[in-house]
Amino acid sequence: MKRFWLSQLTALLSGLIFGAGLLVAGMHNPAKVRGFLDLFGDWQPALIAVMGTAVPVFALFFWLSKRRPAPWFGDSFHTPTLAGIDWRLLSGAILFGIGWGLVGLCPGPALVDIATLNGQVLLFVAALLVGNRAAHMLFGPAK
Amino acid sequence: MIAEILGGALIGGAAALLWLANGRISGMTGVVSSCFGWIYEGSRQRLWAVFFLVGLVLANPVLQALGFQPDPIEITASHWLVIAAGLLVGIGTYLGNGCTSGHGVCGMGRLSVRSIMATMVFMAAGIVTVTVMEVLL
Repeated sequence: MKRFWLSQLTALLSGLIFGAGLLVAGMHNPAKVRGFLDLFGDWQPALIAVMGTAVPVFALFFWLSKRRPAPWFGDSFHTPTLAGIDWRLLSGAILFGIGWGLVGLCPGPALVDIATLNGQVLLFVAALLVGNRAAHMLFGPAK
Repeated sequence: MIAEILGGALIGGAAALLWLANGRISGMTGVVSSCFGWIYEGSRQRLWAVFFLVGLVLANPVLQALGFQPDPIEITASHWLVIAAGLLVGIGTYLGNGCTSGHGVCGMGRLSVRSIMATMVFMAAGIVTVTVMEVLL
């Protein structure tokens, strides 16, 4: 029971730190993210520095975790089981990329920006939730 | 550049914390889907996603309380474009099982071929979209 609530606390802290990272890096601002995608125009490479740091930091701890049988407060490591590249992955990535480019918002920054109560952000999040549920009903979870 | 590296370290560190403590991948698409799962089933197994989401939303007010003022957000798109973008992102990330966090940060950190492929494809699609918009508008 104690472990269960400790795991909720670490989840809360992780969300808080993840969000703080996006805010410190300026990745919560769609204009800055769109600037990265504007490769052939007024290119802003900031996102490369963010991901170029985040990926190796996570990679290091992920690699270290392989020596442990289980997480601190959980039963097992929920390693993603889906493997292989199929139409579903590719079409999903294409649709997501188009939507990302249109406004400059992906799910993480959109959720962090809820706190600003910006009308456009709230509209985007509402549409994102509708899209998530529509895809769930139409296609179901990936197997 | 310093802000981007510090922010990136916080993001990677947060993802590492959720993995080491909870054994979960900090992918926002998974968090959203798991929150729905929690609402439908009330499953304790998915409560972590709700707490993670609460943490994400609290990040901005908490940073401001600590004296850090995040940059203002700039969105020039119309309401209809925002709705279309949200729908595409919602459907696309569900179908592709991940977005910039799950595939981009965690998947690439795990050296998952599937996630590296997904990240290259959605980045390419985003670059094409922005380039086409800049040329046409």
